[in-house]
Amino acid sequence: MNLILISAIWGIVMMFSGLFLKDKSSAKTVALIGSIALLIGNIFDLSGKMIINSNFNGMLQYERFGLLFLTILVLALIMYILLSGKEVEAVGNHPFEYFALIFFVMSGAGLVALFNNLLILFIGIEIISIPLYILTGSDKRNLKGNEAALKYFLMGSFSTGIMLMGIAFLYGATGSFQLEQLDSFQMKQLIVTPQDDYKIFMLIGIVMIMVALAFKVSAAPFHFWTPDVYDGAPTVFTSFMATIVKAAVFIGFLNLFTNAFGNKTGNWQMTVAIITALTLFIGNITAVYQQSVKRMLAYSSIAQAGFMMFAVFAINDMAKQGLLLYAAAYCFATIGIFAVLVKMKDYTFDGFNGLAKKQPLVAMVLTICLVSLAGIPLTAGFFAKYFVLAAAVKTGTYLWLVIFAVVMAAVSVYYYFRVIQAMYFKEGEGQEIAITAPFKALLVTVAAVVILLGVYPSLLLNWLTFF
Amino acid sequence: MTALLLILIPLIGGLVTFFVKQESQAKLWSFAVSLVTLAAMSVNLLMHDEAGRSFTAEWLPMLGSSFALQMDGASTLLCFLTALCYPIIFASTWKSSYSSPNSFYGLMLLAQAGITGVFLAADGLLFYFFWELALIPVYFLCSKWGGEKRIAVTFKFFIYTFIGSLLMLVGLLYMYYQTADASFSMQSLYAVKLSGDQQSWLFWLFFIAFAVKMPVFPFHTWQPDTYEQSPTAVTMVLSALMVKMGLFAVIRWLLPLFPDAAVQYDNVVIGLSVIGMIYASILAMQQDDIKRLIAYSSIAHIGLMAAALFVNNESGLQGAMIQLFSHGVNVLGMWIVIELIERRFGTRKMSELGGLAQKAPGLTILLVIVALANVALPLTNAFIGEFLMFNGLFKFNVWYAAVGGLSIILSAIYTLRMIQKVFYGHENTLTAKGEDITWFEKASLAVIVVAIFVMGVYPKPVFELTTDTVTLILGVFK
Repeated sequence: MNLILISAIWGIVMMFSGLFLKDKSSAKTVALIGSIALLIGNIFDLSGKMIINSNFNGMLQYERFGLLFLTILVLALIMYILLSGKEVEAVGNHPFEYFALIFFVMSGAGLVALFNNLLILFIGIEIISIPLYILTGSDKRNLKGNEAALKYFLMGSFSTGIMLMGIAFLYGATGSFQLEQLDSFQMKQLIVTPQDDYKIFMLIGIVMIMVALAFKVSAAPFHFWTPDVYDGAPTVFTSFMATIVKAAVFIGFLNLFTNAFGNKTGNWQMTVAIITALTLFIGNITAVYQQSVKRMLAYSSIAQAGFMMFAVFAINDMAKQGLLLYAAAYCFATIGIFAVLVKMKDYTFDGFNGLAKKQPLVAMVLTICLVSLAGIPLTAGFFAKYFVLAAAVKTGTYLWLVIFAVVMAAVSVYYYFRVIQAMYFKEGEGQEIAITAPFKALLVTVAAVVILLGVYPSLLLNWLTFF
Repeated sequence: MTALLLILIPLIGGLVTFFVKQESQAKLWSFAVSLVTLAAMSVNLLMHDEAGRSFTAEWLPMLGSSFALQMDGASTLLCFLTALCYPIIFASTWKSSYSSPNSFYGLMLLAQAGITGVFLAADGLLFYFFWELALIPVYFLCSKWGGEKRIAVTFKFFIYTFIGSLLMLVGLLYMYYQTADASFSMQSLYAVKLSGDQQSWLFWLFFIAFAVKMPVFPFHTWQPDTYEQSPTAVTMVLSALMVKMGLFAVIRWLLPLFPDAAVQYDNVVIGLSVIGMIYASILAMQQDDIKRLIAYSSIAHIGLMAAALFVNNESGLQGAMIQLFSHGVNVLGMWIVIELIERRFGTRKMSELGGLAQKAPGLTILLVIVALANVALPLTNAFIGEFLMFNGLFKFNVWYAAVGGLSIILSAIYTLRMIQKVFYGHENTLTAKGEDITWFEKASLAVIVVAIFVMGVYPKPVFELTTDTVTLILGVFK
């Protein structure tokens, strides 16, 4: 609860500090203070010391897993502010407001991670979404950005409608918004009763919510907005959207399916399996054909969503650990890559030619992050993929899906390694990018975290039992 | 402790190398590191230190995986081969110059750590880790310091092996869930009882990974291009050591884990191997580039070893074991000669060379010995291995032995043709300026020649060393 409150309050603080602090560069500092406050608040959350210790009639649940997940998101946020915070100032004249929106998103993420009631999920998703529509179009003079924002808003509203309708169907079938009551609702009983309509209502409801959430995490075939929006949005916000926001919605996705529909796996698992396979296929294959690294990363984020879908598919302990690790590995690596990308003028693959000569350290960190995204051992990405795939293998079914996923992982090597090839093996001058010593130190920290989790993932996973 | 040291020394040594600025210092340092590794290995062998050949530490208890290393006969042999080859590789390529030498030598040593780890890992997940760790430095080595088409070629190699590895990972995961104690340890995996169907498809998941690495026909297409495009020092690592990873993995993991499937599919594997032997030998005869010739000849030799591993009799297995070592030594010798020729004359094309025997008699004598070992002439190491393997193949099926045996004749044809074209005949304008190799270069080749004869005349120590592995595998099949 601390996190939800502090982030909401800090959002307002940020807005007001915009009135009083004229120096744009102080926005980053205020945001940093806020994010550290979030971290501290979250640690108190974990140890049960909350500002308001209420679960609001069971509408929230303080599961350790959700709270840990939020910790990872906050750590990723801190890293995001440290690495990219300065670039927010470059977007327009309202850095304080941009950061305020980011804090509101975090508040929504808190709700989504801890919800125990479908209405809270809905509110959480909306609190996440609305600031994003604004952030996408925050560069007012950029037509592409405006178009992206409008597109995102229209599509997003559409998916919101679908979600609301799904919730209505579920309520109609079960008479409750509470997850545990949805879970205890036995469809088998209904089969032998004349009330078969309820079963259909429930299934329609599940599918509709699945579609809406799949849209939010850009899973295929509901991914089509992603490349345009990610490409059109100011790069610094794309980084935020593709990592922290996406991970936040995934935790909601996993929570919902674990706690509300866990007893009914057979019914929706096939649909998730198809969505997963499609997401992996479309994300990876389309990424291969991209000429811009930014667009490649947009498609790569779709592909990565495919892997995270495995956690939703498997819903077991391994899946939970996997998603936790995946979120950390993916967020850190992607934020690291975007932080460098923002500083570059040329986003094409050729723009990276010869970067290793000019900036050996930056090239090395980027390589480690890219290798991690590809899921190669010694990096966090390997164990992230390992856990989600292991979770799927554990279910004992759909092994074809796992084999398909590993083949797609091999395809992903193609586009990730294109950047590495450009940096190390291709001739080029390398772009002039202004990189300060603290920025380098932060990049090295990202790389160190990625490798540390790649060699010893228990560091993170032990948390699950530690607190 | 030796087991751990064999990985740690090159790993730490390699990381340190990245910070050594000067080329000569980087060379000297990495050479010293490789010598220390060889010394550690030799001391272990000479002292018969059995306790030092295993090591276990906690790594990922929640996943049932530990940092477990274990040296049995086959792995001791291959660890020794790795430790022996590295100083020779460094010495024989001493005069080669690389841009950013510290990265080059650093990556070479990291690859050594990875390869040795593969030979030692007694835990499935750890094995996978090292399997990939060996690949990544080699990818960078080939892509950065290779020939003109290096980027595309190395990328193909990387994707091929990566797909194979991932398929193996899926198989490994499945096996993990079948173990009684949810563990990746070799013993737990060995103890898993699988149904025929399960063995069948798991066998292929693992086999493809290993077949790509060896490589066995038709998974070999990455190999000639990669060998050709890589800098020779890296080609030496690839052909003398890395391909052994695939063969070793068959011995340590594939056969003990899926014995029934191995018997079920032995004809397929041996059939593919024999086709590969003939196919590669014919292609080797067509080559003008000596490097490609050796690359194809290597596919033929590896094919024989792959076949011998599946014949399920002592002779074939023992022959394969000894040949693992012999092939490593011999092919390394061939690469050294090629490296010396290329550095002196700037070409590897047979059509552009000729008459080297008059200008470089020392090189010629040494080359002829290595080349004849490559053809498996009696008294040389390869003879012992090939004789046993063909014997095993013969017991398994006469036809395979007969068809595969043609590769011996073909091998003699292309090897002698190569010797004739490069070393004999008339000098040309290019070779007339040549001179003999230095004492230093002769010394590194001499080590190889000594190894060839010692093993050719007295192979008993290797037999004794690998008996336990052979017994284990034959035991599994019973």
